[in-house]
Parts: sequence; C-alpha cells; structure tokens
Amino acid sequence: MAWVNAIIEGVLTGGLYALFACGLSLMFGVMKVVNLAHGDLAVVAGYVAIGIITVTHVPVLWSFLIVIPVMAVIGYVLQRTVIQAALDRSVLTTLLVTFGLSVVIENGLLQFFTANSRGIGTGLALVTGAFNIGSQIQIAYLLVTIFAVAVAVLLGMQYFLSASKYGRLIRAVADDKEAAQLSGADYRHVFGIAAALAFATVALAGIAYGMYSQLAPTTGTDTILLLAFAAVVIGGLGSLWGTLIGGIVLGVAQQIGAQINITDEALAGYLVFLAILVVRPQGIISRRAGS
Amino acid sequence: MSLTTQTASQPGASGGPGRPGAGIKVARSQRNVAWTGGVALIIVLVLFRLPYIVYAGTTTILVQAFIVLTLASMWNLLAGYAGLVSVGQQVFVGLGAYFVLILALHGFSPFAALPVAAIGCGVAALPLWWLVSRLRSGYFAIATWVLAATVMLIVEKFSSIGGGTGMPLPGFAGLDPTQLTADTYWAALTVTVAALVVIYLLLRGRIGLVLTAIRDDEVAARSSGARVGLARLLVFVVAGAGCGAAGAVLAISQLQVQPGAVFSIQWTAEMAFATIIGGIGTIEGPIIGTAVFMVLQQTLQNFNAWYLIVLGLVAIVVALFARRGLWGLVDEQLHLRLFPTGYWLRVPGGNGGRGPIKLFGRGQSS
Repeated sequence: MAWVNAIIEGVLTGGLYALFACGLSLMFGVMKVVNLAHGDLAVVAGYVAIGIITVTHVPVLWSFLIVIPVMAVIGYVLQRTVIQAALDRSVLTTLLVTFGLSVVIENGLLQFFTANSRGIGTGLALVTGAFNIGSQIQIAYLLVTIFAVAVAVLLGMQYFLSASKYGRLIRAVADDKEAAQLSGADYRHVFGIAAALAFATVALAGIAYGMYSQLAPTTGTDTILLLAFAAVVIGGLGSLWGTLIGGIVLGVAQQIGAQINITDEALAGYLVFLAILVVRPQGIISRRAGS
Repeated sequence: MSLTTQTASQPGASGGPGRPGAGIKVARSQRNVAWTGGVALIIVLVLFRLPYIVYAGTTTILVQAFIVLTLASMWNLLAGYAGLVSVGQQVFVGLGAYFVLILALHGFSPFAALPVAAIGCGVAALPLWWLVSRLRSGYFAIATWVLAATVMLIVEKFSSIGGGTGMPLPGFAGLDPTQLTADTYWAALTVTVAALVVIYLLLRGRIGLVLTAIRDDEVAARSSGARVGLARLLVFVVAGAGCGAAGAVLAISQLQVQPGAVFSIQWTAEMAFATIIGGIGTIEGPIIGTAVFMVLQQTLQNFNAWYLIVLGLVAIVVALFARRGLWGLVDEQLHLRLFPTGYWLRVPGGNGGRGPIKLFGRGQSS
C-alpha cells in the first residue's frame, strides 16, 4: 500500500514539476531564452508571499492576488531591459546574464533571509487535510489542488496561445520576429508579454512549492530549476503536455526512489532524467516523433 | 574553412597598393611580442621563489588566486572558445578533490595524487560529455548542472569517503607546516602555469583554428571537414582535467574534502564571473578577471556572500556593456596580445599606415 501511496503522490507532484517547467518552456519557445534565474525568481515569489502573509495576516489566497501580478510586472520589465539587451547581443550573453542574476538573487536571499528554510504556513484544511481511501491510502488535498491548478494553467496556456488574438501574435513573433515586426507587431513588447506570462506561472510555482514543502535560498536552483529542466527534457522540448508527462515521470521516479531509500528521492529523479537523455534524447513526446 | 578577411578595427583594409600578395607576410601578432614571453618567464620564476620572500599568509591567498585562475582559464576555453557554457564545472572540482582523497586514503602522498586526479577527471569527462553533448546552448548549461548535482549525490552515498559530511585529508602527518604551505603553493602555481601553457598551445594549434571556424560558421566548418564534435570533446576533456587539477589543489589547501563545498555551484560562479569581467575569449582575460576577483573577495571577505553578489552584478554589467571585458578595453587601445593565437597580415607600406590586418583568430566571442 505504501507503494500505491508513493505512486499517487508521484503523479500529483508531477503536476507541481510541470508548473515549474511551464515558464521555462514558454520563455525558450518564444524568446529562445534559457532563463537560468528561473528557479530563483520562483523562490523570490514565495518569499514575497511569506512576507505579505506574515506582515498583513491576510489569508494565503489573497497573497496570490498580489504576488502573481507583481511577478508578471517584474517579468515584463526584466524582459524589456536586461534580457532584451542580452538577446540583442548574443545567446551566450543571455546565458551569462541570467546565470549572473541567478547567483546574485540566491546570495542576496542568503544574505538577507539566512539559509533557513521556511514554508508558507496557512493553517487551512486545504493544506493539512487529506482524502482517505480505506485505511492505507491518503491523498493530500493540497497535492490534488496543485495538480488541478497545473492542468488548468497548461490548458489555459494552450488555449491562450492557440485561440486568442494575443496568443497568435506571440506565436507569430516566436516563428519569425522580423516578419512579425514588418507586419506591425512590436516584437519587444510581445516578448515582454510572454515573459510576464512566464513569470506569473513562476510565481504560482514558487508559492505552490512553498505550501507543499519548504523554501530556502538554494531551493531555486537545486530543486526548481533542475527539476523544471528535467521535466521539459523528459517530456520533449517545446511540448506543453509533454512537460506534464515529464513532470509525472520525474515525480513517480522520485517517490519510488524515496520508497527504496528515503535519501535517494532526488537522485532517483536525476537518474531517470539521465537515462531518458541517453535512450530518448528527443523526449517521450516529440514533435518529430516518427521522423 | 573560410578565409574571409576579418578586419578587426581597420576599416578599408583592402585598400593596400601593389600587386596582390606582394611582400605580404602572415604574422602571429600585430606587435612584436617576443619580449612578453621573456617577461612571463621572469614573472613565473619570481612567483616560484615567492615562498622564500613573503609570509605564508600571502602565499595562502595566492593559492586561492591560482585555483580561481586555473578554473577561469578552463571555463574561458569552454565558453569563450568552444561556445560550451557549462554551469556544471564544479563536478570536476569535486571529482578532483575526491580523487586526491581516495588516493591519500590508500597511502599515496596527496601531492603525488594531484596529476593522477587531473588525468582521472579528464577520463571522467568522456562519459559525462557523452551524456550532455546532444544538448545545445542553454539546455547544455542546465544539463551540466544536473550532472554535477547527480554526481554529488552519488559520491555522498559512499560512507568510506566521508558520505555527506566529508572527511579530513590524510597523508600530511609529520610534515612541517611551513614546508606544507610552500609545497601547496608550488603545486598550485605549477597547475596554473601548466593550464595556461596547455590552453595557449591548444589554441595556437589546429584546434584553435577549428574552434575559430566553428565560431564563424559552424555549418561551413563542418562541410569543410572540420571535426567539430571532436574539437568540442577535446576542449571538454581538457577543461575537465584542468578543473580537476584545481579541485585537487583545493583539497590539499583545505586539508579536507566536503561534498557540499567542493561540488558547490559557487566554483562555477567564480570562474564565470572572473572570465566575463576580465574578458571572455582571450587568454589574458581570466588573468585580469582573477586579479579583480581576488581584490573584491579580499575587500569584502568580512561580509559573507556580498563578494559574489557584487561580482555577479559587475559581471552582468560587463557582459552587457563591455562584452570583451577589461582586457578588451586594453586590446582596443593597444592591439596588444600577450598570448597571440590569431593571425595578422602584414602589408608592406599598405593599409594607410595603420598596421597589419587581422586575418582570422579570436577577437571577440559571439
């Protein structure tokens, strides 16, 4: 029964990992930017939420309403300034600059908030409660909620990109930014909007992880960025639903690893990632599958 | 490979008089740099004598500087010349340290273990390259990071080498502390000099040409028969061995090996920042960058992580606004190369008296 529990938890945490990966995937898909500061920004969002809750004592859900728009604005501004400036120079520069940002943010958090890890404490039944099936199987409400939110975000993103007017604009710019520019679209602004969207999902991911587990300055890289990336690669680059599958594979692998030896959770996830990189580098779901 | 003339800073370079090809010479450098070799030799000799001249505190700081310089030079080779932005180079620092620890536990002198550790890391780079080489650019970067995290988690599983907490490095019993400090310094200096010499020879040779060709146009380089994959593999192996040697020096200078410390992303941050600030894509850049790094680190050493924050911010500004770094600024003014790896055309009397034309070779990374 412990195994059934582990697999259910693995599948559900897969939703969390897909949420991590969503913003990374979007920024790469549209701007061809691999944002190495991705995870650290999620931690910043989580810390801001903790700060808001501690200072104002608002309910957790209210903090979302502040943190997500704020991160979206930060995303737009960062894209229009630093990231766009780096993009105008070279791909190498975007990597150097986002890596620099990552180190600066991580050490800044370390300096101001110490290395202690902190969770988003809520006291809500949503966070602490669980479904009980029989006497053995327990499914936490929180994980089910996070999974549902992740699926909703992916569905929303899919709908927005494929059906809305702005989504078409983003896809046009992603395809050929010069041609889109000639047709009257300001690609820099569109990039900014895409970054704002990506950062909104990053904020959501940071808060969700803070509620599920604990946030520390190093969580951004050693957990969020690396797992987001692993989910993207396992699922297949550029596939939104592949990312969910990738997240689930990763989550299940980690929980199975944890069942074998509690300290092997992270290692099991990475090993599955490396194994898939060897046998199926194009990912499980690939646009070029079959070719 | 294509021989399109790259005029570095001389507009209208094709306006030389006379028959084409008459009296034109190909030179390695715009200025005569024979004296720089002599100066470098003198500097190295002085550095080797240093333990007899200065206090141990100074040589200890210099050991740190040599570690950073070795790492930065290797990272520069990867990112600046081969276009491989690895943020997982700490894996080799860690492996180098652990190779020394394992050999020391088996009764070898840590100093004798140092070259073995370097070679071991070069060999270890082969399977790691096989894993990450199919990814490009940003994805390559994160994949190397995952690799470093994975290797650390695996190393931590072996309790015989200290598990998750690490252990002190044996093999120094009965050694005079003064002698040990001096030996550590010489080992660090030797590793750094060897690293710079290897990189210089590599870039002056065929590999340097292939890397330049890849930078200019990878498809053209491939179709002209340049073995792109092999060149990148070789660079990755050399950088692995170099970072491993630096890790071995680190273990010896710290007298202990802790997985969290030797596999820390901080090493990659330091090597990358030093390279970017000094000037990516030149051999001189990491040297200048390491000097800046050491000054900042020594100034801010009482303020915990602040030196990394300041370095990171400076590196971001430099990457955006002075892409060729501090050495690039020097080079623009003086056209000076201490380690010339490119080729220049000397046109007698031609070119409006503006000196030779840069033919090809590393000017700026892109």
